[in-house]
Amino acid sequence: MQMPAPDQGVIARRAAIAARLAHAVPGAVIDDPMETRAYECDALSAYRCPPLAVVLPRTTEEVAAILRICHDERVPVVPRGAGTSLAGGSMPTADAVVVGLARMNAVLETDLADRFIRVQAGRTNLSVSGAVEGAGFFYAPDPSSQLACAIGGNIGMNSGGAHCLKYGVTTNNLLGVTVVLMDGSVVELGGPMGEAPGLDLLGVICGSEGQLGIVTEATLRILPKPVGARPVLVGFDASETAGACVAAIIRAGVLPVAIEFMDRPCIRATEEFAGAGYPDCEALLIIEVEGSPPEIDEQLALIRGIADGFAPVEFRESRSEDESRRIWLGRKSAFGAMGQINDYMCLDGTIPVSTLPQVLAGIARLSGEYGLDVANVFHAGDGNMHPLILYNANTPGDLERCEALGAEILKLCVQVGGCLTGEHGVGVEKRELMLTQFSQADLEAQMQVKDVFDPQWLLNAAKVFPLAVSAPRREGLRNAA
Amino acid sequence: MRPETEAELAEIIRTSRATLSPIGGGTRLRPGEGVAPLDVSGLSGITLYEPAALTVVARAGTPLAELQAALAAEGQMLAFEPDEREGSTIGGVVAANASGARRVQVGACRDALLGVRFVDGQGEVIANGGRVMKNVTGYDLVKLMAGSRGQLGVLTEVALKTAPKPPVTATLAVPGTATDAVAVLTQALTGPYDISGAAWLPGQGALVRIEGLEGSVAIRSKALAEKLGAEVTQADWATVPRAASGDLWRIICRPSEAPRLLAALPQPIAMDWGGALIWVALPAGETPNLPAWSGHASRVTGDAPLTIPAPNPVVSRLNASLRERFDPRAIFASDGTCRQTSRLSS
Repeated sequence: MQMPAPDQGVIARRAAIAARLAHAVPGAVIDDPMETRAYECDALSAYRCPPLAVVLPRTTEEVAAILRICHDERVPVVPRGAGTSLAGGSMPTADAVVVGLARMNAVLETDLADRFIRVQAGRTNLSVSGAVEGAGFFYAPDPSSQLACAIGGNIGMNSGGAHCLKYGVTTNNLLGVTVVLMDGSVVELGGPMGEAPGLDLLGVICGSEGQLGIVTEATLRILPKPVGARPVLVGFDASETAGACVAAIIRAGVLPVAIEFMDRPCIRATEEFAGAGYPDCEALLIIEVEGSPPEIDEQLALIRGIADGFAPVEFRESRSEDESRRIWLGRKSAFGAMGQINDYMCLDGTIPVSTLPQVLAGIARLSGEYGLDVANVFHAGDGNMHPLILYNANTPGDLERCEALGAEILKLCVQVGGCLTGEHGVGVEKRELMLTQFSQADLEAQMQVKDVFDPQWLLNAAKVFPLAVSAPRREGLRNAA
Repeated sequence: MRPETEAELAEIIRTSRATLSPIGGGTRLRPGEGVAPLDVSGLSGITLYEPAALTVVARAGTPLAELQAALAAEGQMLAFEPDEREGSTIGGVVAANASGARRVQVGACRDALLGVRFVDGQGEVIANGGRVMKNVTGYDLVKLMAGSRGQLGVLTEVALKTAPKPPVTATLAVPGTATDAVAVLTQALTGPYDISGAAWLPGQGALVRIEGLEGSVAIRSKALAEKLGAEVTQADWATVPRAASGDLWRIICRPSEAPRLLAALPQPIAMDWGGALIWVALPAGETPNLPAWSGHASRVTGDAPLTIPAPNPVVSRLNASLRERFDPRAIFASDGTCRQTSRLSS
C-alpha cells in the first residue's frame, strides 16, 4: 500500500506549526514524537505512520481555530474519531495534523418528545444509547465496535451494524450535523426530519470519510425500545441452503431485525473461543425478531415454517434472556475468536442477496487457489459479507497473498452486482480498487464534490480515490491552473 | 424533446445551447420549473426486479403506477411511501424526494434509494450507489440527487429498496384540532407501537396507522387505542391533500414547535410526520409571519419560489458551487431561480 510522499516543507516547519496550534488551543497539542506514535494507525494496523502533530480539541470553536491555522499553513489534516476504522480511514501521513475528537464526548441536548439526541461527535456509539435507555429509547445503528467507535467516525463511514435490516444505517438515523469546513467556517446541515432547503448536503457529508469537513456535533434520531427481542439459531448442512433460506424468509414477507450468517470455520473457532454451545454444522443463521411476546411468537412461527422447508439440522429458539445472550455470544465474539487463532483480514463487500450461493462458492474456489482459508460471518439479510481471510503475518509474502485474495473476492462482489464496501468504508484499503466499480467519470463526479468543500484537498486527501486519479488535485495542479 | 434512451438524452444535453428543465410526469412542478421542458418519460420500464433481494431498478420515466403494480403483483411495495399523484414518474418522485406518511417509520424516498444513473450538465453519464442494501463505496451522490429537482443532472435510472406489503393495516383516530393532535401523535410515536403513519386531517383529527402481521396489529392497536382513547377508522394515507386556493406552503419543524407555528397560521390542509410537516394554504403572495423555529417553510405553488428563513450564506455557497460543478454551462434551470446563463449566449 502506497501513500503519497509527505510535504517536506511542512515537516520542516513542524515546531512552528505546533506552536501556533498550541497558542490557539492551549493544552490540546501533542507533538512529541514518542506521543504522536499512539496515533500512527487505526484498526487497520498493518499500516502505520506517525503524524506531524495531534490536536485534541474540546469544542467546535477549537476545531475551527485548528482548521483555520492548517488551512493558512497548507497543512494536511486527518480527522479521527476513536481510531477504530478497519479501512485506514484515520491513518495519518507524516505531514498531517490529526484532529482527534476523543475529548468531545458530551451530550448537548436530549429531546424525547421530538425523538432526538444531540451529541458531540467524539461520543461513543454505545454511550449514545446509554444516555437515553433509562427513558426507554435507543440509537439504532450498532456497529460491532460500538463500545469504542465514535459517532463522528460512524458518520464519516456511514456505519451499519447487525440490526440495519430493519433500522437502516447511520445516514438513515442522522438528522443533522455541525461541520467545520477546511477553511474554518462552521455550518449546520440537516434539520427537523433531517431536512433542509436545497440539496441534501447532510446526505453527502455522511459517508464522505472525513474528506469534506470535520463533523463536531450530531443530531441523531432515537427510537422507543421495542417491548422485547428474541433470536433463533438455525443450523444447516450446507452454506448454500442457509443462503437459500435467507432469501425465502425475505421473500415470504417477514422482515426480522437481523439475520446473521456464520460458516463452519467460523462456528468452530468461536466455539473454542467462547463456548456458546453452537451446533456442529456447515452453516448457521441467527435470526432476531422484535415485539411483545405474542408478536414474537407470531413471527417465529412463520420463520420456523419457512426454515423447515430447508431441512435444518437445528432450530433453537431462545427461551430466556440467558439463552438469547448465548445465541448472540458466538456471533459477537467471532472476530475476537478468529484473531486468537490467526491474523486475519476482514472484507466488507455487499452483494445482492440472491447471489449468495454463487458468491460463497466463488469464495471457496478462490480460497483454494490462493491457499488461504476464508471464514464467513456476515449480515445475510442485507447481503453485507464479512469474509475473514486467515494468514500469518510472520510468514513472508502471506500479507501480500491475503491482500491479493481479498481484492479478487471484492471484484467478485462487484461482478455479481454488489459493491466493494458495505459499512467499513474505502479508506486506504480499497482505494485502488475503486475503478473496478466506478468509471473515471463516476469518480470525477465524486471528486468535484470534494473540490467544492475542500478546494485545496487538505482533508484526509490520500483516501477513497485511487492515488493516480486524485493526484492532479492533491498536487494542486488543477487549482493552480 | 422526448429522448428514449440514456444516450439520446446525453446527446441532447451535450449539444444543447439553451436552458432545459427535465420533466417526468410534470405532477409536482414548483414555480419556475418546467419552463423549457426536457421530457424524460420516454426512458421507461423496469430493468431489474428481484423480490427476494428486496430491490427494483427502473428507468426514470417509468410511471409510478406501473412500478407499484409490478411490486404489488409480488406482494411488495416501495420501501418508502411516495406522496402519490396521478401521472407521476418514479424519476420525478426521486428528484422531488416526495415522501409520504410512512417516513416516520422507514424514512423518506432518499432512504430507500440505493443507486442512480444520471446525465450531468456536460452530458456525461454518471452512476453512483448500486443495487445493494448497504453500500459506502465512495461518496453518496445518491442522497445528493434525491430531492435535487433536476438541478445537478437528469436522472435516467433509479434503484430502490422494496418491502413486503403488510398483510394488515389499522388506522386509529382521535378527533380534535391540529394543535391537539401534536400531543396525541407524540404519545403514539414515543411508545413501542412501531407506528407507520402519524398525521392530522381536518374533520378527522389525529390519525395513527399500525401495520404488520394480523396478531401483531391487533395487539398494538388495542393497546394504543386504550392509551389514546382512539377509535378505529379509515383514511387515505397515500395522497397529500392539495390547496384549493391561494399558495400552498410546506413547513418543516420539530413536532414540539408545531403548536407555536399553528397558532400563527390559518387551519392547515394537513399535518404529517407526527407534526413535523405542516401543509397550509395562504392567500396568494402572502408570506407567513412565524416565530423563530428550527425548520423552514417553502412556498411550493404561486408566482415564485420562496423559502424562509433564508439559508445560511455558507450553505447557499455550497449549493451554488455544487450546481456550478455539475452543470457549469447552467443548462438546467429548474427551480426558477435561473442562474446567469450569459455563458450560453455566445
